[in-house]
Amino acid sequence: MSAEENVPEIDRPSMEVDIACAGFGPAMGGFLTTLTQAWTENPADPAFESKVMPGMPLQVLCYERADDIAAGVSGVVTQGRSLRASFPELNPAEIPMAVPVKSERIMYLLDPIGASRRSALLRFGDSLLRLGGRFVGVKDYAFTLPWTPAFLNKHGGLILGIGQFNQWVGSQLMASGLVQIWPGSPVATPLFSGEKVEGIRLADQGVDKSGTPSDGFMAGMDVRAALTVVGDGPVGAVGQALDQQLGMPADHHRREWALGMKFVIELPEDTKLEPGTVWHSFGYPEPEIFGFLYVHPERLVSVGIFVPSWLSDPSRTAYRYLQHYIQHPALWPYLKNGTLRSWGAKSLEESGLHGEPFLTGNGFARIGEGSGSTNMLTNSGVDEAWATGSQLGEAVIELLRAQKPFTQENLAATYEKKRRSSWVEHGAQQAQNSRNGFQDGLVKGMIGMALVGLTKGKFSLHTKIPPAHQQIAPSAAGVSPGRVAGLAQAAAGGRPLHDALLSERGWPEIAFDGKLLVTQQDALLMGGKVQAMAGFADHVRFRDTALCATCLHKTCVAMCSGQAITHGPDGVPLFEREKCVHCGACLWNCGQAPSGDQANVAFSAGAGGLHSVEN
Amino acid sequence: MANVLHIVVCAGIVPDPLQTLEPITTPTGPGLKNEMVLPAVLDPWAASALYEAAALAAKNPGSKLWLVSLGPKAKLQQVMMTIAQRVAFELVPIDGPIGGFPDAHATAAVLAEAIAAIPGLDRTKCLLFGGWESASRGAGVTLQLIGERLGIIDQFQGVDQIELHDDGSFEVLERVEGGKHQVSVCAAAPAVLGWATGNLAEPRNNPQVGMANMRTLMPALQKAKATKLEANGLSYVSASLPKQQRTTRVEKNMTPDEIATELVAWIGAE
Repeated sequence: MSAEENVPEIDRPSMEVDIACAGFGPAMGGFLTTLTQAWTENPADPAFESKVMPGMPLQVLCYERADDIAAGVSGVVTQGRSLRASFPELNPAEIPMAVPVKSERIMYLLDPIGASRRSALLRFGDSLLRLGGRFVGVKDYAFTLPWTPAFLNKHGGLILGIGQFNQWVGSQLMASGLVQIWPGSPVATPLFSGEKVEGIRLADQGVDKSGTPSDGFMAGMDVRAALTVVGDGPVGAVGQALDQQLGMPADHHRREWALGMKFVIELPEDTKLEPGTVWHSFGYPEPEIFGFLYVHPERLVSVGIFVPSWLSDPSRTAYRYLQHYIQHPALWPYLKNGTLRSWGAKSLEESGLHGEPFLTGNGFARIGEGSGSTNMLTNSGVDEAWATGSQLGEAVIELLRAQKPFTQENLAATYEKKRRSSWVEHGAQQAQNSRNGFQDGLVKGMIGMALVGLTKGKFSLHTKIPPAHQQIAPSAAGVSPGRVAGLAQAAAGGRPLHDALLSERGWPEIAFDGKLLVTQQDALLMGGKVQAMAGFADHVRFRDTALCATCLHKTCVAMCSGQAITHGPDGVPLFEREKCVHCGACLWNCGQAPSGDQANVAFSAGAGGLHSVEN
Repeated sequence: MANVLHIVVCAGIVPDPLQTLEPITTPTGPGLKNEMVLPAVLDPWAASALYEAAALAAKNPGSKLWLVSLGPKAKLQQVMMTIAQRVAFELVPIDGPIGGFPDAHATAAVLAEAIAAIPGLDRTKCLLFGGWESASRGAGVTLQLIGERLGIIDQFQGVDQIELHDDGSFEVLERVEGGKHQVSVCAAAPAVLGWATGNLAEPRNNPQVGMANMRTLMPALQKAKATKLEANGLSYVSASLPKQQRTTRVEKNMTPDEIATELVAWIGAE
């Protein structure tokens, strides 16, 4: 179901370009950089002459949903090998918030509050660590691993703010004159002709919430192209439409997800944290939740958590958990008296090779996270995404020079071949089963991950991973009494569901300070600067509202990063587009799936979202 | 009968007001912390002027529209990717410093010189548009000074509407006290109009407009000349942002009436 279904059949405006691109992120940055670098070396190369505008250079247009290309969200630590391949003279000092990695630490965090859901085995282990105390290296309720396993090591890599990095890449691309990147332009769908893709359709403007034409209606334009490059991320509308139209390769599913949420905090002037510091953690606020802290230059730090789909409790939330996370005794001494500068969230597709879609087809190729490039063993995505974009760029140049069309066969023989023989694929193969075991608990998960990491993927645990909606409440026990009370309280008093749920579960209330610890709604304004341009349809819809009304979990409400989804009076959630940060969590946090893997939530193309540049 | 107009819009770029803005003192005077890092937008008042100009040009076939903008080339490029899909224009970029603190006389001199050098610009048909305010530090005189330098005598500020007549005269609504407008009739171009918000909604993104603009926009940006603005002895004693208070308090037992009363008292105390 999409908003376009409410628009009557009309003659849409159309234009032709050579290459149409959906989404601008690291993968698209890699693709467009490779293309422009080759063109800049020899602008007279006939391979780069436009077919749709003879005599002109290739017409390469990229459409990005966000209102600015700097509005990306992710604080990342990356080995940066593909970035350095594209920019051999890369100087991190030229990119705001970028800094080389100087030190790394992995910590297991004990629960100082006693509210987290810990298994008996884990509690026993925790007791031993507490008893051992400083003798075994426990300090501030944290046990620091004596070494960083090689597969997690990012030494020599970079800490980046993706918003700033995208802006840096984008300005260089546009200055080349070959590429046009248009922000604020959500791509609604690919243009299919059978299974061939002939371009993209932009989202309609001047429509009401339901997508029905309203004041100033402007039908989304059809941008026709010989090649469509799909890099719109794990929850992008184009990628979703391709998966729906073509299906997934045999035994491939997108069932493993995580929501990454982070704060960018300005540290106090007397901070002892050095730029380039990288901390990874696990064990708190829930055993399943991993955390991170990356120190940027100028006293900025990205600190956040990943809430995975295997956190089986339907009481999922990210914002409140993040507030508890930063107050852990191992982190809080460094962060207290800091100021919230920015905040954001995004879904991460964590199925790796198991979730890889068809990478190529007639007229299209997929790159980046949405193409299953993220390596779940090394917790690395940006490097791989950029590499896949570069590989496609090289392939496209090869095909242009050989004057071969962008058929599935030709794209497979070039792009797919490069990708399959690259370090991205080798890493993905090693990592493909690295998350097996987490569905049965942290201890088993860590054993499974270590097994894969230490044997370079030769051995792994065997697990059958259920669809995302079945991971929310795997037992038939139903909804806990605490959850019911939380739901009732939230519905009656207007209290945010995630707050109500965690308070019910024994987590202490947050002592707001108006500076760093603020309500989630304040975070929208102080950190995320969230807004949405008028005239677009709601991009989150509930397919079968009767099903929603009967749903007891309402995990979509609890997990919504911006509280854009709230309780409705009849049990059907309400969606406020103006608060949505487009994280896509609702897509995999829907407990109802009327048809297999497809959730009861439809997540389509929409404008607006985060405006923070420090993400 | 349509009038052929040559509309020149002067529009600066400012940091996205949604970002965290922190004033600092730089070696060259007041500025914002990490200003080059912050994404920029077209100054909102000037953006209104641009959209009004585009609508006026569209109603009067044969008219031309230029956008004159001064700022760092990289920032101008970024802003153009946002607005170039909305209306058709020809860009006259000037590669200069960012910020709202350069001397207005120096800025006006550079802009006036650039406008005077626009090939094919007929000053007898010229309407010079701009914003009457700025989201950055609004000197409040730059547009007028440009008009003076170009010899344009008729000037209007706080404009919300212009209506052209068949004989080439036009009626202008300027904001005055009390939410009212002053109505003026001007015999003919040229004139300077400093726009308030106007009446038009932000135009939709139109990829075809973007494509058309890009054909002239990128070459113009590549040719943009670097310009230094003279300080003319101007110095600032201090600079600060408007006071912004933000407090978070959780109240569970107050009634809506009590909350409203407290809010009114708080606003009244400001």
